[in-house]
Amino acid sequence: MRYESPDTIEAAAKLLASESDARVLAGGTDLLVQIRAEVLSPSLVVDIKRIAETRTVKEENGGYRIGAAVPGAELKEHPALKKTWPGVIEAANLIGSTQVQGRASLGGNLCNGSPAADSVPAMIAAGAVASIVGPNGRRELPVEDIMLAPRKLALQKGEIIASFTLPKRPPHSGDAYLRFIPRTEMDIAVVGCGVSLTLDGSGTCTAARVGLGAVAARPLLVEDAGKALVGTKVDEAALDKMVTAVRAACKPIDDKRGTIEFRIDVAGVLAKRTALIALERARKA
Amino acid sequence: MKHHVTTTVNGDEVEFLCETEQTLLECLREELELTGTKEGCGSGDCGACSVLLDGRLVCSCLVLGVEATGKRIETIEGMAQGDTLHPLQRKFLEHAALQCGICTPGVLVAAKSLLEKNPDPSETEVRYWLAGNLCRCTGYDKIIRAVMDAAAEMRGA
Repeated sequence: MRYESPDTIEAAAKLLASESDARVLAGGTDLLVQIRAEVLSPSLVVDIKRIAETRTVKEENGGYRIGAAVPGAELKEHPALKKTWPGVIEAANLIGSTQVQGRASLGGNLCNGSPAADSVPAMIAAGAVASIVGPNGRRELPVEDIMLAPRKLALQKGEIIASFTLPKRPPHSGDAYLRFIPRTEMDIAVVGCGVSLTLDGSGTCTAARVGLGAVAARPLLVEDAGKALVGTKVDEAALDKMVTAVRAACKPIDDKRGTIEFRIDVAGVLAKRTALIALERARKA
Repeated sequence: MKHHVTTTVNGDEVEFLCETEQTLLECLREELELTGTKEGCGSGDCGACSVLLDGRLVCSCLVLGVEATGKRIETIEGMAQGDTLHPLQRKFLEHAALQCGICTPGVLVAAKSLLEKNPDPSETEVRYWLAGNLCRCTGYDKIIRAVMDAAAEMRGA
């Protein structure tokens, strides 16, 4: 196994494209486990952490650009980012232990290709867009369009997610992420839900997005759930409509962590709780 | 292909040779003979191999040795000053916060990192911070009490 740590994203993309089984190394909290378990045995590992863009958080166009390899622990220590996008930050910091948060990144969490990845529904709700660099240049893709199925991504050979952009936040906006696990810490989501919404001056919802994890082969943007809230005061009737839309979107599997029936039910309960937290935050923002 | 790695461990500049596959944990133990850092699970679940990498708490089993190039690493060996134990180490002895001791270096490194960020944590904060450090002997209660007591002493000092 070779190791390269280029200084530019273009050089990293070129290296990745040049080898049939090269892998990107960001925080390594999934990749190194899979290499040690011999699930993967890449001939080349490309460490992207010496590339400034992947390791930086900066304000851009009134929003944020977050490096794909910035660890969750660093995101949590960014006061302005945490204040603007608390849901995204709390989701990133539910990934594993303190030690794992010291390394695990948004880019890695997404590209590991698990439908249960905690940060992904929160990024989908937030409207995050991935900035992807490959041998043919740079392109942008919304986070909900990246993962296609377990371990299967919409990235072409040689393509790397360099960073994510989060849009400019209007006043009275809030987001939140909740997951259900049978213990209090250090577990994989049975269901995960992210909600982001914006209110106008009178408290009417003008925009809402709902992201769901672990209830289908890929993380979902549930457009009908967001629509159920827009134009309402996010009252009980609107929330009930959102819950119905969320449950209708679920196509979960039965496994040791939850049955189909349980996951669908919990998705609705979680979506409502998450929306209420986002609503409370939007009212205070 | 062997990598020639130059890094800083507990304030000392060190060099070692390693294969790409070797983790930082293996490099510390086998190449630098710093065997205080323990291997538990080897998959980032147990925290026995906790070290600081550029001041950030990580599992050294989930870091490649070659990634340590130009970084600053702190291990359990840097905790006591000569014969003088760190207050956390002393409190772990006083409270009998260990039995077999395999998890202890990782717990101490993790707890020290918490107290540097937050000198006055609540018990809940200590429990969440240490959730990634598994101990199969103590039931955690004595560990938590030792950390709380050390934090109180360090605040008074």
